[in-house]
Amino acid sequence: MEFFERFAVPHPSPAIYASMVAIALTSIAIVIGLTYFKKWGYLWREWLTTVDHKKIGIMYMISALLMLFRGGADVLMMRAQTAVPENTLLDAQHYNEIFTTHGVVMIIFMAMAFIIALMNFVIPLQIGARDVAFPRLNALSFWLYFMGAMLLNISFVIGGSPSSGWTSYFPLAGNELSQSVGTNYYMLSLQISGLGTLITGINFIVTILKMRAPGMTLMKMPMFSWAGLITNVIIVFAFPVLTVALAMGTMDRLFATNFFTTTNGGMDMLWANLFWVWGHPEVYILILPAFGIYSEIIPTFSRRNLYGYNTMVISMVVISLLSFLVWVHHFFTMGQGALVNSIFSITTMAIAVPTGIKIFNWLFTMWKGKIQFTVPMLYALGFIPIFTIGGVTGVMLGMASADYQYHNTMFLVAHFHLVIIPGVVFAMLAGLTYWWPKMFGFMLNERIGKWAFWFIAGGTCLAFFPMFISGLDGQARRMYTYSEATGFGIWNMLSFIGAIGLAIGFVLIVYNIYYSTRYASRNIGDDPWDARSLEWATHNPVPEYNFAITPQVNSRQAFWDAKKKGHKLFKGGYKEIHMPNNSGVPFIMAVFFFIFGFGFVFSMWITVIASLIGIIACLIHRSFEKDHGYHISAEELKKSEVELRGAK
Amino acid sequence: MKLKWAIIGALITVIAVLTGCEPLTVLDPKGPQAQTQADVIWISIAIMAFIVITVFVMLIYLLIKYRGSKQPDSYEPPHIEGNKVVEAIVVGIPVLIVAVLSVVSVKSTYEVEAKPEGYGDKEPLVVYASSSDWKWHFSYPEQDIETVNYLYIPTDRPLEFKLYSYGPITSFWIPQLGGQKYAMSDMITTLHLGADAPGEFMGRNANFSGEGFAENTFNVKAMPQQEFDDWVKEVKQTAEPLTEQKFDEILEPGHLGQLTFTGTHLDFMPPPEGHHGGHGADDKKNSHSSHDSTSSEQATQEEHEKEAAEYEAHND
Repeated sequence: MEFFERFAVPHPSPAIYASMVAIALTSIAIVIGLTYFKKWGYLWREWLTTVDHKKIGIMYMISALLMLFRGGADVLMMRAQTAVPENTLLDAQHYNEIFTTHGVVMIIFMAMAFIIALMNFVIPLQIGARDVAFPRLNALSFWLYFMGAMLLNISFVIGGSPSSGWTSYFPLAGNELSQSVGTNYYMLSLQISGLGTLITGINFIVTILKMRAPGMTLMKMPMFSWAGLITNVIIVFAFPVLTVALAMGTMDRLFATNFFTTTNGGMDMLWANLFWVWGHPEVYILILPAFGIYSEIIPTFSRRNLYGYNTMVISMVVISLLSFLVWVHHFFTMGQGALVNSIFSITTMAIAVPTGIKIFNWLFTMWKGKIQFTVPMLYALGFIPIFTIGGVTGVMLGMASADYQYHNTMFLVAHFHLVIIPGVVFAMLAGLTYWWPKMFGFMLNERIGKWAFWFIAGGTCLAFFPMFISGLDGQARRMYTYSEATGFGIWNMLSFIGAIGLAIGFVLIVYNIYYSTRYASRNIGDDPWDARSLEWATHNPVPEYNFAITPQVNSRQAFWDAKKKGHKLFKGGYKEIHMPNNSGVPFIMAVFFFIFGFGFVFSMWITVIASLIGIIACLIHRSFEKDHGYHISAEELKKSEVELRGAK
Repeated sequence: MKLKWAIIGALITVIAVLTGCEPLTVLDPKGPQAQTQADVIWISIAIMAFIVITVFVMLIYLLIKYRGSKQPDSYEPPHIEGNKVVEAIVVGIPVLIVAVLSVVSVKSTYEVEAKPEGYGDKEPLVVYASSSDWKWHFSYPEQDIETVNYLYIPTDRPLEFKLYSYGPITSFWIPQLGGQKYAMSDMITTLHLGADAPGEFMGRNANFSGEGFAENTFNVKAMPQQEFDDWVKEVKQTAEPLTEQKFDEILEPGHLGQLTFTGTHLDFMPPPEGHHGGHGADDKKNSHSSHDSTSSEQATQEEHEKEAAEYEAHND
């Protein structure tokens, strides 16, 4: 019995027991369903072992949406708890667990997965490639991310959730003050999914640098691919810092080292520095792909080319450099003194310049255009004003002296949500709607999509604008309750109503997916938006080989110029295509990683060693495996192309 | 320009009306540091409002003028690569704005990180403010008294808070007197504040520190020097001495009401001072064990002077 006691939840509540039952029932239902419909083989062949960048992208997307709902459920509980003063819906410990997992899930498992989903799906198509440079590593990236996400998500029913904030500052996150295994889950799950992200970074840099279609020089690349390149460069420089910090934190918790402790020569401030040396570039890892998406959508629906292509590229490069020079602004109040704070204050505000250039370039792209208010465009148009407000309040926070008053308050919470939601979430929803026909061969319903947009945009404003006021009135963040005398009640109630608005918007999006899957026309052609870049030059949905003939590019808007100026994209006849084989190794290896992480969380060393042997065995297997892939012959290709064209 | 001021005015009115005409805590400063910060906030709000309005006006204009439904079907938007002059303006104006804000930011940061202006050469009152789960301890070495969860301060005199923590990182914040600063267990940070007028203010830990974080608050009362001195005298006559045993009890995690003691814990449990803070090899417990709590006033005084000198040398 003693062995099993460690898996008990330290702070149980009826809600947690209900979740346990729900998780168990759902798992059983999935197993029965797969068996009944005889779908195990399909699942294994088409999804678990796939190395196709498009399917991996779709799996990232589904996972991101699931995590969005997990993080969203956390939000509703948090905002319900704080909606009225001295509420007793949740106690302090539960509230702390919920805001911690909300932060981790939304940043690491929702936003990161969503941007990687779209990069996976779109970038190889946009640059005219057949796949990413290392398809099997790509599968490994996804499965590592997925297992990391699952590891964190089981924490609240097995052993307890982390509760020291998504920043997990030591010494609060140390053994003495966080005694449950929650923080172990945090360290291990971020570590495993972080490895996946790092591999993605390398994979995409190589893909973009080496696999572009003939004629597509770097300065002819579509803007989303440019954003992807820079994002992945930031990933490769920033994520190793997180890896090291998490390893040190894990050792502090499990092997009694003293990196971040406050005794024996440890230094708690070191964690804060390392965390934000990764954490601030992470913000730009999230936002740059979003900028890339808007740079595709705004020209498409303004019917005009992107204004200031060169300055767009330069500004992204400048942002990526500056992103590594501002981390101290996350703790201006740590006592570095006026000189250090002044330097970081200036570097922080300097980021406003390249960001501002991008905003104005998008505005100038609409100038003399012919604007169509489609759902993706609505998100882009909603992004500009809301992001501007989020951005300028960021400049305000960058002024060190005033930051001493904003720091740790709801003002800060309002700022970063008003940057991340329009920046990342709007962009992902815009990208999802925009590339949906590319993924599935039909379009999402515009009317339901517009309703969802207005709920989400309105909900965002209502949820976060009041926080500027309550923050300036002295409401600290992360408080599970407050007294009536503070007068924060009204603002928090408004935020709660806004959160409900957001929730309705997301439910509408799910309904839209259901509705469109059932009723939308499958007869939409290959270019339903009248778009401009290369991914629209192939079929909807995309065949496994992407392009039957490798496209040849000689302008920035390759597909647009092919349509309007008669540039010829596909020259020559069908040739045999070499394709990679599916492989179960990435999935199996990631399962070992999951067991490894779980064993580590509970200090079960035999489990850890056994799974480590499994991981190494997978590596060895891969090294000696002879896998030459397979070929699609010219005849097969011709047949498939005729069929795809005939379908219209 | 008219529009800009109209909207700023409207914004201020809306904020004022929404808050029932009661100014927001941070924008209702009662000391020189908070005043500086409130000024910076208002300057930045004004400049930011200008930027926001520029973007909004441009966006609305473009959306109305170039919306597809207004144009003939045959209209083909032109291909425009970019324009050097436009791009120079788009870079130049933000650079100017950031330059102006940088000057304001640097100047005000140096101001709030130094002894507050306007109190002549009055010596600052030094208070050691330390946090433990989930309380605040205020030690007045000069007066040799200590309070828990409430802070009395004299007006019109610089205040110098020495911050540290017996646990997680906390942040000492009295919004109406000035911005916050972290209290950590392995080093001391210094926060300069000042109160201009008598009054009662809210103080709290602003940095998440676990289960009892929400209630980790304290009351601040500012009063004229004379009244403050009377209070000290009264405390000395009525309060119990703070023993090491009692202090250990208080440190236990939990919430407490307001407590008052003579003597301070600085004597038997010195704060993590010096260049190496708590990282040095000295054991916290034994280095000052020679002082007992009654005869320590002078010793603490000396220690404070030494510490202050060191601090100044450090700053030069």
